[in-house]
Amino acid sequence: MTDIKLRQQKIRNFSIIAHIDHGKSTLADRILEYTGALTSREMQEQVLDKMDLERERGITIKLQAVRLVYKADDGEEYLLNLIDTPGHVDFTYEVSRSLAACEGALLVVDAAQGIEAQTLANVYLALDNDLEILPVINKIDLPSADPERVKEEIEEVIGLDASEAVHASAKAGIGIKEILEQVVQKVPAPTGDPDQPLKALIFDSHYDPYKGVIVYVRVVDGHIKAGSKIKMMATDKVFEVIEVGAFKPRMTIVDELNVGDVGFIVAGIKHVGDTRVGDTVTDAKNPTTEPLPGYRKINPMVFCGLYPIESSDYNDLREALEKLQLNDASLSFEPETSSALGFGFRCGFLGLLHMDVIQERIEREFNIPLITTAPSVIYHVMLTNGELITIDNPSNYPEVGKIEYVEEPYVKAGIIVPNDFVGTVMELCQNKRGEFVNMEYLDTTRVTITYQIPLSEIVYDFFDQLKSSTKGYASFDYEISGYRKSNLVKMDILLNGEQVDALSFIVHREKAYHRGRVICEKLRELIPRQMFEVPIQASVGTKIIARETVKAMRKNVLAKCYGGDISRKRKLLEKQKEGKKRMKQVGSVEVPQEAFMAVLKIDDK
Amino acid sequence: MNDMTNNEGMPEQIIEAGSSAPKAIYIHIPFCTNKCFYCDFNSYVLKDQPVMDYLRALDHEMELTVRDAPPGEIRSIFVGGGTPTVLNPQEMEFFLASIRKHFPNFAADIEFSMEANPGTTDLEKLKVMHEGGVNRVSFGVQAFQNELLSGIGRIHNTVDVYRSLENAHKAGLHNLSIDLMFGLPNQTVEMLDYSVQKALELDLPHYSIYSLKVEENTLFHTLYKKNQLPLPDEEDELKMYLLLMQRMKEAGYRQYEISNFAKPGYESRHNITYWRNEDYYGFGAGAHGYVGHQRHMNIKGVNPYVEAASSRLPRLEQFVVPREEAMEDFMMVGLRMLDGIRDADFEAQFAVKLEDMFGSHLRKMLEAGLLERHEDGGGYRLSEKGLLFGNEVFAEFIDTLTEPK
Repeated sequence: MTDIKLRQQKIRNFSIIAHIDHGKSTLADRILEYTGALTSREMQEQVLDKMDLERERGITIKLQAVRLVYKADDGEEYLLNLIDTPGHVDFTYEVSRSLAACEGALLVVDAAQGIEAQTLANVYLALDNDLEILPVINKIDLPSADPERVKEEIEEVIGLDASEAVHASAKAGIGIKEILEQVVQKVPAPTGDPDQPLKALIFDSHYDPYKGVIVYVRVVDGHIKAGSKIKMMATDKVFEVIEVGAFKPRMTIVDELNVGDVGFIVAGIKHVGDTRVGDTVTDAKNPTTEPLPGYRKINPMVFCGLYPIESSDYNDLREALEKLQLNDASLSFEPETSSALGFGFRCGFLGLLHMDVIQERIEREFNIPLITTAPSVIYHVMLTNGELITIDNPSNYPEVGKIEYVEEPYVKAGIIVPNDFVGTVMELCQNKRGEFVNMEYLDTTRVTITYQIPLSEIVYDFFDQLKSSTKGYASFDYEISGYRKSNLVKMDILLNGEQVDALSFIVHREKAYHRGRVICEKLRELIPRQMFEVPIQASVGTKIIARETVKAMRKNVLAKCYGGDISRKRKLLEKQKEGKKRMKQVGSVEVPQEAFMAVLKIDDK
Repeated sequence: MNDMTNNEGMPEQIIEAGSSAPKAIYIHIPFCTNKCFYCDFNSYVLKDQPVMDYLRALDHEMELTVRDAPPGEIRSIFVGGGTPTVLNPQEMEFFLASIRKHFPNFAADIEFSMEANPGTTDLEKLKVMHEGGVNRVSFGVQAFQNELLSGIGRIHNTVDVYRSLENAHKAGLHNLSIDLMFGLPNQTVEMLDYSVQKALELDLPHYSIYSLKVEENTLFHTLYKKNQLPLPDEEDELKMYLLLMQRMKEAGYRQYEISNFAKPGYESRHNITYWRNEDYYGFGAGAHGYVGHQRHMNIKGVNPYVEAASSRLPRLEQFVVPREEAMEDFMMVGLRMLDGIRDADFEAQFAVKLEDMFGSHLRKMLEAGLLERHEDGGGYRLSEKGLLFGNEVFAEFIDTLTEPK
């Protein structure tokens, strides 16, 4: 066997699948520590979750990769590539990207909580990708841990053999070696032929202001090194490789990337559009004929308007969206105009969390204060003239007289919950216009409840309500199940007598009255008092169905300002002014950011 | 921000940066007999405080300061607190003499004010004050209902008020002012009206009437957070303000600032220094000063201040106010005066035209009806409506030439 072949036999590419809070990031940290990729002194908690946002929320959004060297009990040194995956349902696309670059996956399940709905979805993805799945029962040191029950659950629900599942506690550093041994013994070495033309899968990329687009790849066949000419098969663009490297976990330049390796390529790629995640990189002089299968492209399901609060930030916002899209093919955007908010973008997301994350990243990383309008799904509207149109923005909703019928998307929602909460969950689903499909026992105490629910109801605060009504025990996953006819109307909101297009939303006719009333109340709370009275009205067509009033502010003046007060009073006024900057002038009314999302904060009873 | 921990290199800086020698002095006496529920000033309950050490530290701070930044002819001095009148007669005498020692050059018509609390001012002390140069006393009366006074943590009662004023007159102090407050817990519009009437019956040349603001780090703030502070609603608070302005006007007083009323010629010269954004010395624990484009704040604690002042200028922080920020400050404080600001004064201070710096903002405020032009077209002032929404106006000018801090 050649050296390269030998080396290939010692590579293991794997990822970790886990529900939020089940300890994935901590486990990843321990593995890094154990293999000496980082000394404990260098360790910053949860190295793989690089974004502030991820660390704050305890979730992984952007996938990361890291190369580790592990000396196994058999005396051999192995090269392990750990590719991190996001745990949330919105990021199925990202998960499928990282799984496609691996041969194995650790399935981490909390020893006290058992399998959750989202974990299940990701395990099925991994099984679809023919990955070797190694169950790990984590948090076994918790008093409430019940590893035997969880193992049974894994066997019954997923049908995996859990008899050799490692009992671990990432926090306490228990079971880390056993996990690594299993990775070495059970995860297959990458297949692939070093002598074939280069074939590498792009699973991610990021933009570096000095080096241009940095492409993350998994080499499937052949090899790649500095100086070689590469071609992107989807775009036909050719580049000369400037450097190749690996994540150790810091980006480190290496001589070449070989079969089975995970690493990065710098090739002076300036345009975001020239590389596509899921595309195949090949040798420009000796190209392969067959590209890799790539990914299932997932279409955005939730749309909202993103507007800069300062209209001068418009171009910066476009650049920010372009840069984010580089790493996130599921994000879509196109320009739109609102009479209330000016110029902005209609953006498509995989789900609400995705939307939240993008919005926060734009505000934090690009420092552009934003107004986000309430999310909308895509409606199919059949017009009386026989034309079928799709609507993702309520302000484009046609006049009632021109509509033959409207269809809205439904999802099949699976909710896993302890059986005490079955009644609560069913009541919630019923309230959200859900249709019961079935109920199955996972074990003696936990059930899966399946419902057909309109996606628009999920997009509103379904998840929050589910969590609060089940004390956080429920987990939830959904997939689009098709379109159905629905009796929908468009609700408009008027501030100070003027209709605010950005506040319009589409709602089921039977819920219109209630929603209208609650949203007016919510807006009354959110809109600060102005120097005049502001009426808030909700209307369907020309009919006003609810009204509230924001009373006028009567007096606002600092009584004292002497020598010692000047700096302090100045700061106070600055604060007041900062608050105002985060508001949008709509007609004569100053409206805070949150008001445009008010429709989300409604608690349907 | 330039944190001055020693005074090396300081003197030249101050003198060079200064345009003219300060003519106003603020001195802080941080002691009180007790702490009022709404007070967030730098003050310490008197018991066991090193008062004489403090007065000596003040003396040294003045000495160091005038050595570095010599004064002009002093036109106003304001001694505030705390309660300066908690000093006993001997301490008072020492204190006033030390001012005189470092600032011998008083203008003939100097305004020398001291804050006082009714109940801390016997005849003997008032005489010492008068002999030491004080010629104006400002009494913190706040209200003429004893139940309201105890509800805000004041220890005096209305009897003390009358006796103190009588003593002041006896001591030869006739330029007197009193502070009143409105928007107090449990205060009604009628109660405020009664207090204003009682105050006017005293026929003093000057009144300050403040709206209560619940400041952080006060007992009131804690109660407010717990929803246990029965403040009048905003509608009543507004009524009180409108009513008191009317009463003062009817009685022949001119409102010359948002909270200040005076008979012609009795406007507080010292406070106008602040509102014109002019220089002033600031001495004492936690005191602020503005000398030669530099603002400073002194160390707040009594003992740390005393210790620091023994060897150096006791600064907590000190920084140069950038020209643009000073322009914004000029607007923020200047428009508090009902006479507002004059284009010519702005130009004199900054050598640029007001219009060039703030033209669009001024027009916006004129259009909103919050500002109006002087009849001669030479300046701007708050309109009747602007008086109620002053913060909207002040904030308009802040952070327009500078970045928020």
